[in-house]
Amino acid sequence: MTQETSSVNTGEQPKQRKAVALISGGLDSLLAAKVVQEQGIHVEGINFYTGFCVEGHTHAIRKKDKDKQKRNNSLWVAEQLGIKLHIIDISEEYKDIVLNPKHGYGANLNPCLDCKIFMVNQAQAWAWAEENGFDFIITGEVIGQRPKSQRKETMPIIARESGADDRLLRPLCAKNLMPTLPEREGWVNRDELYDFSGRSRKPQFELAKKFGFEDFAQPAGGCCFLTDANYSKKLADLWDARGERRYELDDIMLLKVGRHIRPKKNFKLIVSREEGENNFLRGYKKQFTSIHTVSHGGPLTLLDGEFDKEDIKLAAQIAARYSGGKNADQVTVQVENYKGTSFVMDVPPMSAEEVKQEWHV
Amino acid sequence: MSQHTLDCRNLLCPMPVIRTQNALKELSEGELLEVTCTDPGTLSDIPTWCRINQHEVVSTEEDKHEIVFIIKK
Repeated sequence: MTQETSSVNTGEQPKQRKAVALISGGLDSLLAAKVVQEQGIHVEGINFYTGFCVEGHTHAIRKKDKDKQKRNNSLWVAEQLGIKLHIIDISEEYKDIVLNPKHGYGANLNPCLDCKIFMVNQAQAWAWAEENGFDFIITGEVIGQRPKSQRKETMPIIARESGADDRLLRPLCAKNLMPTLPEREGWVNRDELYDFSGRSRKPQFELAKKFGFEDFAQPAGGCCFLTDANYSKKLADLWDARGERRYELDDIMLLKVGRHIRPKKNFKLIVSREEGENNFLRGYKKQFTSIHTVSHGGPLTLLDGEFDKEDIKLAAQIAARYSGGKNADQVTVQVENYKGTSFVMDVPPMSAEEVKQEWHV
Repeated sequence: MSQHTLDCRNLLCPMPVIRTQNALKELSEGELLEVTCTDPGTLSDIPTWCRINQHEVVSTEEDKHEIVFIIKK
């Protein structure tokens, strides 16, 4: 006899149902979790780290952002809800989603629909695991909210292809969809779920107000760098230069930092723009050849790719252009390879016009 | 009481939080974990993660380059 039937027969308290909520750190997933929590369901959060998360990183790197709060929004959301948060690193498995999205990309290199399917699938694998024992999954999806993944016709695709099927509940738009298992079984009351649709955020803001949530994050374009046109351009450039579509975690971290200048197909420069980026790039000196100006103050530059002596001279002239010696006749630079072997050279800095516009990635 | 160590230097958030979470999973209740970080974001993220998951930050030491947390499971 199962626990469920025994509770019916004996009149014991019904089983405490458990849901795992996908928490991005944004408002929708916060509200979705809250709505279900309000119905007496035990909710815990799950957050996935893809490597492309806007969260945290850039704020931590750039000094100019120092005054901004460096909070991690998914942790903040969990604390608001008083729930546990499990953060899962999926950056390695995620490569296949970025490189080969079955449902294609959105406006940039954002594989939003494949991403959502993958995350729900991963959440499900985690949630159904015996030691975790969850009953259903919650997302903050709203029909019509996002052009690639959150449409009426994509909702059943996500449920089906993730394997979560009707154990996937979208509390914010559930009334616009067929009843799911948690609704049919009466674990949650469908009447107390919502029917939000479209791009307007007004209903969410009103619900947030009702729950007393303030100061929630509202990142433009969501919480993923792949929805950013400039970022996607840099990633496409990386694949183009390498002649193959692949990346390592360090590659995609470095795309978030500095000026990327590609004077020739075989290599590019990553030039820091300020002290915070300088510190960050310094951590990569054991993996890349680096250039720093000795005679004048200046940024740290990393060289990515394959290059010969002439290329290094060209790179040094570009790096000198961004140093305090940009108007000097000669700038002394130190070039250091990843093994720590270094040499010093004098170069004439390039002028602003010589650093061609099309080199800027 | 045994104390374990975790090196999260040069990792950016949320990686130090994820590594801390995974390391604590392997420990028994009451054991201590020393986590060394360089990302200033950890000053906010690690204590928050500990608060919501009911672990105790016993101490936080910060110098110019490194932050060292002692966490009790």
